[in-house]
Amino acid sequence: MDHLTSETFDQNARDALRDPQLRGALRNLANTIGDRRKFAITTVDDWEALREQARAIKDQVLSHLDEYVEAFAVNAERAGATVHWAHDAAGACEIVIRLLRERSATQVVKSKSMATEEIHLNAALEAEGLSPIETDLGEWIIQLARETPSHIVVPAIHKSKKQIAELFVEKLGIELSDDVAVLTRAARRVLRQRFVEAQVGISGVNFGVAETGTILILENEGNVRLTTSLPRTHIALMGIEKVIPRLVDLDVFLKLLPRSGTGQRLTAYQSLITGVKRSATDEGPEEVHIILMDNGRSRMLAHPVTRQSLACIRCGACLNACPVYQQVGGHAYGSVYPGPIGAVITPQLIGIGKAAQLPFASSLCGACREVCPVKIDIPELLLHLRAEVVEGTGSGTADQKGPVKRKLMERIAFEAKVDGAYRLPSLRVRVVQSSSV
Amino acid sequence: MRVSLFVTCLVDQLWPEVGTSAVEVLRRTGCEVVFDERQTCCGQPAFNTGYRSDARVLARRFIEIFEDAGADAIVSPSGSCTAMVHHFHQLFEDDEHWRKRAEAIAQRTHEFSSFLVNVLGVDDVGASFRGRVTWHDACHGLRDLNLHSEPRRLIKGVRGVEFVELPNADACCGFGGTFSVKYPEISVAILDNKIAEIEKAGVRAVTSGDASCLMQIRGRLTRQKSGVRAMHLAELLASRED
Repeated sequence: MDHLTSETFDQNARDALRDPQLRGALRNLANTIGDRRKFAITTVDDWEALREQARAIKDQVLSHLDEYVEAFAVNAERAGATVHWAHDAAGACEIVIRLLRERSATQVVKSKSMATEEIHLNAALEAEGLSPIETDLGEWIIQLARETPSHIVVPAIHKSKKQIAELFVEKLGIELSDDVAVLTRAARRVLRQRFVEAQVGISGVNFGVAETGTILILENEGNVRLTTSLPRTHIALMGIEKVIPRLVDLDVFLKLLPRSGTGQRLTAYQSLITGVKRSATDEGPEEVHIILMDNGRSRMLAHPVTRQSLACIRCGACLNACPVYQQVGGHAYGSVYPGPIGAVITPQLIGIGKAAQLPFASSLCGACREVCPVKIDIPELLLHLRAEVVEGTGSGTADQKGPVKRKLMERIAFEAKVDGAYRLPSLRVRVVQSSSV
Repeated sequence: MRVSLFVTCLVDQLWPEVGTSAVEVLRRTGCEVVFDERQTCCGQPAFNTGYRSDARVLARRFIEIFEDAGADAIVSPSGSCTAMVHHFHQLFEDDEHWRKRAEAIAQRTHEFSSFLVNVLGVDDVGASFRGRVTWHDACHGLRDLNLHSEPRRLIKGVRGVEFVELPNADACCGFGGTFSVKYPEISVAILDNKIAEIEKAGVRAVTSGDASCLMQIRGRLTRQKSGVRAMHLAELLASRED
């Protein structure tokens, strides 16, 4: 299918609003995950204190990111992993392709990873004749349908059960069924075989622990565990902002992330991976490669306002809470990361000129800030980026409607300065004449 | 107490009854209300659309004018515009002189319901209104100023009112200032959820603390020929139906 771009957000949104199936699916999302989250956060003693703690840890890391990333790399290598450094998306893709080529890998499985989406890894691999198989059920559905994720946690949220059943009939040759268990079993049968055949497994990373070089990946389906343990080689792609200082910090983030993301107290699986297997009888891969990727992150780090974008733990809570996302869904944003955090990150990743509409795609209601487990002030970031679009303080090209509105705003400011002409005379009369008590 | 009324553009130009009602209620509680006719927009439309240099001009003007009033408090029938005044300091990050003045003004600037409840300690202003009434939490009042119990206490203090909590009262109405102009279709789609809840609540009036949200809500209610009246809290508190 043709993928939408951020430049046509307005048109994309109008089209999405005319799609009743999509809007039904989105209502479902807000009601189920949104409500589950509300309950889940009451199952810890002091949610607010946890958020404060998490943000303080992230701020500590971001103020010395170079040191923490370096420490992580040293300790990961000490545990037997190989660390690679990627400046940008192309660089990261090249490293993956080289690693696959060197191992003559033909069968590759992948677990869900927004970082790999960010660099369009699948497209890059397909261009090289390699066809990685997505093993997260939602991601696999999207891959079969040749679509892109519409949500960072539940990628196929825009599709109905019926659409998925029809897709499976077409692609897997199964009988049409509306039984979720039947559909899931069909997927499992195909995917299990892929795991057995795979020479390389590619994953993302939720957290990288600096003091031990450990990576942690959360999931519910067991596919991450298989992706990272069954093939001989495991490649993990990790944004440099994923580093946290200590293993004990996971105590905070493991309470926050599942509750915020899916309304769970804990995900079904937590895979903690520290280097390679120690002896021949151990389970796990012989080789672990961790690609540390910048891809615009150090640029975000440079400014105190944009820096907080890097605190994001990709839970998706802001998407579920956002009234705009709830109406138009993820594809309308035309970006890998949709919703409020997407509107913040995308312009910083791909250049504000290509995503100038996104910071404006918000009513600034603040629901995103309220649910964010790491207290990112998303409205503040949106306002910062709006100023960048309008006043050209960044690398961006100005908003198309800029000049007209600019004039209007100047006029308001000017007239106010001269003598307060921006005001109807009516009110003073009304107020002065009003009620005598 | 001497109160300087910051009336806001929308009330001034489109819904003046909110301003006169606010004055009436404030006087009823014993305040002396002054109104500086030189006051203009606080700059929020400019600030929120990225025009920071223009917003700065308006912020300075606001600060100068309201400093002149010599009032004990500046009160506004808008959580959104009050929040903007509280954000003024962000416009003067590199200008200590103006930042200090901005912070001092913000400290004295109160949203209407917060002023009544938290400053004056009043939750009964002697109003009366017959029927079921609900409340929409305008986003900036709720999330920037943390107003939640204040308006509810005031509504419950009105004789004859049966207060009904609106499901998802804290969900945005879709207005969002220039957002509703830039993306009208999304704005209306968001609004329709709000309207559906209001209609289901079976109320005589839906109230809120911001004329902006109320215009958005009222516009839709009117076009749907709804019997529900959209009222600013100040109008409800100025009502005397007995």
